[in-house]
Amino acid sequence: MKILAIDSSGLVASVALYEEGQLLGEYTLNTKLTHSETLLPMIENLMKISGTEKNAIDAICVAEGPGSFTGLRIGVATAKGLGLALGKPVIGVPTVEAMAYNYYDSEALVVPMMDARRNQVYGGAFQFANAEQVENLLFVDGNGKGLQAFVETDALPAEMLVQKAAALVKEGKAKQIIFLGDGVQPNTGSIALCDVPYQIAPAPLSRQRAAHIAQVGESLLKNGVNTSAADMKPNYLRPSQAERERAEKMGEA
Amino acid sequence: MSKDVTILAIESSCDETAAAVVRNGREVLSNVIHSQIDLHTLYGGVVPEIASRQHIEKINQVVEKALVDASLSLQDVDAVAVTYGPGLVGALLVGVSAAKAIAYGADKPLLGIHHIEGHISANYIENPDLKPPFHCLVVSGGHTHLVHVKDYGEYEILGRTRDDAAGEAFDKVARAIGLGYPGGPKIDKLSYEGNPQAIAFPRAKFEDSVYDFSFSGLKSAVLNYLNSCEMKGETVVPADVAASFQQAVIDVLVGHSMEALKRCGGTRLAIAGGVASNKHLREAMEAACRERGIAFYHPSPILCTDNAAMIGAAAYYEFIKGVRSGYDLNAVPGLRLGER
Repeated sequence: MKILAIDSSGLVASVALYEEGQLLGEYTLNTKLTHSETLLPMIENLMKISGTEKNAIDAICVAEGPGSFTGLRIGVATAKGLGLALGKPVIGVPTVEAMAYNYYDSEALVVPMMDARRNQVYGGAFQFANAEQVENLLFVDGNGKGLQAFVETDALPAEMLVQKAAALVKEGKAKQIIFLGDGVQPNTGSIALCDVPYQIAPAPLSRQRAAHIAQVGESLLKNGVNTSAADMKPNYLRPSQAERERAEKMGEA
Repeated sequence: MSKDVTILAIESSCDETAAAVVRNGREVLSNVIHSQIDLHTLYGGVVPEIASRQHIEKINQVVEKALVDASLSLQDVDAVAVTYGPGLVGALLVGVSAAKAIAYGADKPLLGIHHIEGHISANYIENPDLKPPFHCLVVSGGHTHLVHVKDYGEYEILGRTRDDAAGEAFDKVARAIGLGYPGGPKIDKLSYEGNPQAIAFPRAKFEDSVYDFSFSGLKSAVLNYLNSCEMKGETVVPADVAASFQQAVIDVLVGHSMEALKRCGGTRLAIAGGVASNKHLREAMEAACRERGIAFYHPSPILCTDNAAMIGAAAYYEFIKGVRSGYDLNAVPGLRLGER
């Protein structure tokens, strides 16, 4: 099963080709160029240089969110357009969980955080485990490995996420924490207050990668997830500002 | 005879998700519009983030329906065209991203099209005899342009609004007299019950550019009138306010258009855009044209509102000129007419 994967949820634009647990190619840009200008040329380049025929793609996997609203829509609209033209399913992959795969099979508590503005991050706390030993793992793969969510993905203040993660280490769930993502840099103050052992991921291991969207997407596909290109939509995690303000007003009235 | 050119067109610049299939720029094989108006009515106007969210949920369904309605498959079309500006950036990006991916996926040429060029080209669809040169007044919620269409794809902007678009003024005045959103059709309807001479609202003119428009002063005059009535305890007749306001807008739109035709020696006038479906405006413009022996063209209401058939019409003339866009095509929210 050949997968084309896309992530434009944050600052980087990333596309990958993936087949049966193997990364065939990946193209990631971390520049000031807009995703709209780069994403499709990157896909075209990757397909061409890898000698991949479009009709050889079995599914398109895309970062569904959370993330930058506009960034998500550029990726999702691209995936949906490709799905429509090629007649292939489009699978949405949760962004924060896929970022945890930068530390696949690590024993640490992996805490991805994306800058969500308004003094919040999109983040969660995860640990890799064996399906034989732990129940209800997410995205169990061919190696029987999956992700255990100790703190499910949410929009929350970085400080709160750090505290929750530290408490898990104190409970003995892990020996240390790894913080990663573009939410780390603006929140180094909150992270410095962490009173258990932690590491901050170095830059190359800190960003979204389409390879991991494909890796998680492959597990989803093998577990029977199959969304049509028409039905797939982003998961913003937050209502629009107008909807939020209207709900607040209605609540007051 | 040369081969037919069939274009799949996509439009998502504001609050309509639209797709159409158009043959040779003039024959509409399908025209699908998913309007979000009910959602935005809750907020009294278009909310960009909500519009963008709706576009992405509906884009594939709308495109697929356009192909089904045209009884064609994607392989049968010769090109994919998409509005890339002007408009709301987040909304534009959904159509642009999807169109690029569809064009790439189906190995079809891609054409980025100007939204206003689309509105002007809507006139080609129902008027087989209309060819440039002609003059066109584009009036909508976001645009007010008086344009000399010199040739296909070649435009000279004679005048534009310096502040609010005509349709924007309709929306604001409608809100002030309690009619709600969208204001255009509501004021048009209520005006039949009012006296257009009841209140003397101003008609803006500029010394330095006779074709430019301004509607914010008119809007303020209406608001001031309503305030002063309230202060004095006088009863406001909404139908009279609507009719008098609308007449002021129409007088300027018709006056500027006639002046342009006179000075340029033009013999043909088209109108386009959402406000072009205003019945009072059509009647006034038609009468003014008849009086002067000018041929008058206007699209049906369904082609006045934002739609993709008009984008397919504009795209045809770009396509036969050999214009193509790259996969790096971006949304340009402030795109100017005649620029690429």
